[in-house]
Amino acid sequence: MLTPETVLGAIGTTLLIFVAAGVGSIVLGTLVTVARVSPIPLLRWAAFAYVQFFLNVPLLALLIIAVFALPYAGIIGPLLPTAIIALTVYEGAYVAEAVRSGVNTIARGQLEAARALGFGQMQTIGLVVVPQALRAVVQPIGNVMIALVMNTAQVAAIGIVEMTAVTNQLNQHLAQPILVYSGSGLAYMAIALVVGLAAGWVERRVAIKR
Amino acid sequence: MTGLSYYDVPGPRGRMRIRIGSIVSAIVILGLIGAGLWQFGQQGQLAPEMWEPFTQWPIWSYLLNAYLTGTLAAAGLTVAMSAPLGVLFAVMRLSPVKVIRGIATVYIEVTRTLPVLLLIYAMLFGLPQYGINPPTIWKLAIPLTIANSGVIAEIVRAGILALPRGQEEAGLALGMTRGRAFASVVLPQALRSVTPSLVTQLVSLLKDTSLGYVLGFFELLQAGSVLSSYNYLLIQDYLVIALIYLVTNGILSFFAYRLRRWVDRRGIAPATTPQNRTA
Repeated sequence: MLTPETVLGAIGTTLLIFVAAGVGSIVLGTLVTVARVSPIPLLRWAAFAYVQFFLNVPLLALLIIAVFALPYAGIIGPLLPTAIIALTVYEGAYVAEAVRSGVNTIARGQLEAARALGFGQMQTIGLVVVPQALRAVVQPIGNVMIALVMNTAQVAAIGIVEMTAVTNQLNQHLAQPILVYSGSGLAYMAIALVVGLAAGWVERRVAIKR
Repeated sequence: MTGLSYYDVPGPRGRMRIRIGSIVSAIVILGLIGAGLWQFGQQGQLAPEMWEPFTQWPIWSYLLNAYLTGTLAAAGLTVAMSAPLGVLFAVMRLSPVKVIRGIATVYIEVTRTLPVLLLIYAMLFGLPQYGINPPTIWKLAIPLTIANSGVIAEIVRAGILALPRGQEEAGLALGMTRGRAFASVVLPQALRSVTPSLVTQLVSLLKDTSLGYVLGFFELLQAGSVLSSYNYLLIQDYLVIALIYLVTNGILSFFAYRLRRWVDRRGIAPATTPQNRTA
């Protein structure tokens, strides 16, 4: 039965997936970047392997592995958290790429200044490199988050009832494809617009004025 | 890939800390891999007979066929349609005519925020109600074209904007018309400078062809689904397929990386793509 509650619930599910995976991937991506610029070669290598894997393997393949294949290895969890974890590790690689491009913009003098103040390597990374890198890549991370909004639709393919899945149900019910699909498209655009505006606002707040 | 190269050369204490850090992270990483393998082994997923089919040619021939006639065919069709469209919309968005610029801006901004899967479902469940029912490959290629042409337009536009104005002016000074100067001076240089970004976008497109799975379109991921309904080796089938994506797309990504370095070294106008879709 399709009720207004179903539609609202679906929008809620999409937003929940987006926020959970969004926050998770920003934290994970930042940690991976720290590993990637750390003085420990093994950590750098592991972070590189992680990023390359998720940059080159399709999200849908990961979702299918997580939901349909891993239970055969005894690894099974509730559907929604599983999907959120898959999206988090996938998007985390893109966040890591974005943050790393920010690390590359940091001037050499910043590190020399940290050294002159007697900072150790972890202090330099934690107090000088990461804060400036994050401030420099608000807009790129915002773009990753907009991509994440669109990627949440893919969880419909593994049976989660979110906006895209309910769009199909609505279309079956109302037989008004143009109305239903463009309405759903507008909803995604609205979320992406809010994310874009939020990124712009954050960027203005945290930008380093030189 | 490398650490911050401008660290101090570590002294004895620093070297000791790096050594301890290396040992701790080695224990953690090996522990994680070991725990995973142990879990797989416990469930009998590492048994040689479960991996044995992948030593046989027929299974690889099946997957290769899916990759060539499905994944590559859909990607090729999409490139053939979205590349010209992308260049067209890039040019339109730079047009001095307000209406043309407006149309291109709306198209690009709208298509960049629509989920491809939603478009695919619209092709699958929506259009047949109007009697429009194209072959399956088109139900995949048309949504992918809509999504990719907007992204390509932004990449190309960034390349055009990054080119010094003097290039076009030099063309005009030689007596070229504006169209001629654009086609034979500006565009070729712009395209060359954004080639790395275009290759990266190709990787993204190749990944997105896996959405053919929901259409029942015979590409690599769908082949995995068919295969696993025969041999019930879901873990093995899908991991091998993930590996195929990783190797093929990884090679392309590496190629894009080398190309970027080459373009940078040649001093061709740097192309930043602030609007580049990232996933």
